[in-house]
Amino acid sequence: MAIKTFLESIRDTMHDEMARDERVFVLGEDVGVTGGVFRATEGLYEKFGADRAIDTPLAELSIIGIAIGAAAVGMRPIAEIQFADFIHPAFDQIVNEAAKMRYRSNAGWECPLVIRTPYGGGVHGGLYHSQSIEAFFCHSPGLYVVAPSTPRDAKGLLLSAIRNPDPVLFLEHKKLYRSIKGEVPDGEYTIPLGRADVKRAGSDITAIAYGAMLHETLNAAEQLAREGIEVEVVDLRTLFPLDRETILTSVRKTSKVCIIHEDTKTMGLGAEVAAIISEEAFGDLDAPIRRVTGPDLPGIPFNETGEHAFLPNAEKIATALRELARY
Amino acid sequence: MATQVAEKIALEITHRALGLSDDQVLEMYWAMLLARRLDERMWILHRPHLVAFHISGIGHEAAQVGAAFALKRGYDYAHPYYRDMATVLTLGMTPRDLMLALFGRQGEPSSNGRQMPSHFGSRALNIVSGSSPVATQIPQAAGIAFAIKYKKTDQVVLTCFGEGSTAEGDFHEGLNWAGIHTLPVIFLCQNNQYAISVPAAKQMAVPNVADRARAYGIPGVIVDGNDVLDVYGAMRDAVARARRGQGATLIEAKTYRPVPHSSDDDDRTYRSRAEVEEWKKRDPILRMQEYLTRVNLLNAQKIVESDARAKQVVDDADEFARNAPYPPAEAALGNVWGQVKS
Repeated sequence: MAIKTFLESIRDTMHDEMARDERVFVLGEDVGVTGGVFRATEGLYEKFGADRAIDTPLAELSIIGIAIGAAAVGMRPIAEIQFADFIHPAFDQIVNEAAKMRYRSNAGWECPLVIRTPYGGGVHGGLYHSQSIEAFFCHSPGLYVVAPSTPRDAKGLLLSAIRNPDPVLFLEHKKLYRSIKGEVPDGEYTIPLGRADVKRAGSDITAIAYGAMLHETLNAAEQLAREGIEVEVVDLRTLFPLDRETILTSVRKTSKVCIIHEDTKTMGLGAEVAAIISEEAFGDLDAPIRRVTGPDLPGIPFNETGEHAFLPNAEKIATALRELARY
Repeated sequence: MATQVAEKIALEITHRALGLSDDQVLEMYWAMLLARRLDERMWILHRPHLVAFHISGIGHEAAQVGAAFALKRGYDYAHPYYRDMATVLTLGMTPRDLMLALFGRQGEPSSNGRQMPSHFGSRALNIVSGSSPVATQIPQAAGIAFAIKYKKTDQVVLTCFGEGSTAEGDFHEGLNWAGIHTLPVIFLCQNNQYAISVPAAKQMAVPNVADRARAYGIPGVIVDGNDVLDVYGAMRDAVARARRGQGATLIEAKTYRPVPHSSDDDDRTYRSRAEVEEWKKRDPILRMQEYLTRVNLLNAQKIVESDARAKQVVDDADEFARNAPYPPAEAALGNVWGQVKS
C-alpha cells in the first residue's frame, strides 16, 4: 500500500492500464511531450511513444470526435480536455454522439471512451478555469459521469471507466490533485461505476457530497463530532447514474439530509438528489432537505474575496449542519 | 465507319481503363437503378402518410455508387450521411433493410426502428451508425482512420456529407487531423448546391469545396457527381493513396438534388422549376443508360427488363416492411448501457 497524491494515483493508473492493454491511448492538448499542464500524463510519451500519447490540435470537438471514431472500432481512448471549462465545443460530440451511440444503433455499435477533465474552483482560476460542469452532462443517459474524491477511489474508478463499454466523463477536481494524499492499494482493483460510498458513518444527519466538497464536508463532520453530533458522509462518486440505494439507506437511518456541492444551486446535482429523497423517503424525514452550494452566479471570481464568497467550505457546511441538527 | 469504331473503343476504355469489367459496370448500373426506384417508392409511400418521413438520395446515385464501389465491402469502413441510400445498398444493406427503416419496424438493422429512416448503421458491414446533426461523422471518420493507422492494417474509411456540412467546425477539425496524421480516410462531399434552401454561394466564399483541402495539406479533387465512372476513378485513386499510407483525399462530387430536401420540404420556395428541369437532363441514371447503350451493354429492351426487375425487388421490400410488426414498447427501454467484459 503506497501513499499517493490524487494526481499520482490517476497518472499511475494510466501507466498500468496502458501497459496492460495496448488498445488504450491518451490524446489531448499538451498530454504528450510535456505530460499535461497538470502533469497527469507525465511519462506516458516516454514510455509508450508518440502513437499512444498524442498531442492534439487545440480543438476540443475533434479531440472527442477522433476518440469516438477510434473507440467505435475497438480502441480504448482516454481523451483529456485540459480544463472542464473548455469542454463545451465538444458538447455535441459527447451528448449527441458518444452517449447515444449504443442506443441509436440498438447496441450494434458502442463507444468505450473516457473523457478526463480537471474541474472545480479554489485555485484562483477565475470564470474559465474553475467551472463545475457536471449538471450539463448528468442529463444524458448513455454517459456515465464520475467524480472521485480520494486517491484510492480515483484508481478503482478510473480502471472501471477505461474498461467500461460506454463513455465515461471522468471529473477530476483540480484542487485535489496535489492537496489530497491517501493510501492506494497495490495491484489491480476496480470500483464499480454507479456506487456511492459512505466515507464516514454517523447517526444524526446524512451529508451527501462529492469531489473537493467531500473533504470540506468531512472536516465539517469532524467539527460537529466534537459537539456531539454524528454526521454520516456519503460520497456519491458516480454522479450519473446515481446510487439511489446508498442515499436512501443513509437517509432512512438519520432522517436529516444536507446536500453539498460546489456547482451552482439551481438544477444542480442537489436538486435531483433531493427529489429522489422526497419521492422515496419523504416519510423518513424529520427536517426539510438542506443544500449548501455555490450561488447562482455566471462564474467564480478570480479575486480572493470573490472566490471565497462563492465556494462552500467546512465552516459554511458546519453552520448548515448545526442548524439542521437543531431543527 | 472507322471513326465509329475508334469512338466505340475510346468509350469502352472509360470503364475498362478504370479496371472495371462489363459485369461490374452493369452491377453499378443496377445499384443506381435500384436505389432510384426504392427512393421513388418511398416518396410515394409518404404521400398518403403511410410513413412519417423520407429523406432522399435521388440525383446522388452516381456519386454514391461510384464511391462505394471502390471500397472492399465489409473490410473498409463507411461513415455515411442521410442521403447515402445507394452507398449502403452497394455496401450490402438490402432493400428490405431500408424499407424496414422507412416504416420503423421490428428487425430494422440500423437501429431496430429507433432512428428516423436513412440513419444507416451496420456492425457486420462496417457501416458506422450516424446521427442527424450534420458533419459530426467527419472527425469520427478521421478517428477510425487513426485507429486503422495504429493497428497497421490497410483498411480505409469513406465518409460522406453535403456541401452544407463543410461550414461546420467538425468538417474543418476532421480534415485538419487527417492532414496532420496522414490518415487513410476519403472525405466525399456530395455537393448538391443547397443546404436545404440556402445556395452554396451563401454558404462559402470559395467556388469549390475541394479548394478547402489545401488548408489541411491534403489533395482536393473535383469530379462530375452525375458520372459514376468519373467518381469511381477519383475514388479508386484516393483509396489507393490511402492504402499506401499516403493519407487522406477530399473529393467533391458536383451534383444536384432534383427533389425537395425531405418529405417536409417544399423546394418551390427557394429555386425555379427551370433550374430543376435543366438538371434533370443530366440525371445520373439517364447518363449511365446512355453510356451503357453506347458501349453495347444495354439496349431499350434490357432497360425495360431491369426496370421490371427493380420494381419486383421494391415491391417485395415494400410488402415485407409494411407487414412487419412494430417493435414491442419495452424494446424502447433496452440497450442504454453495455455490460463490462473482462
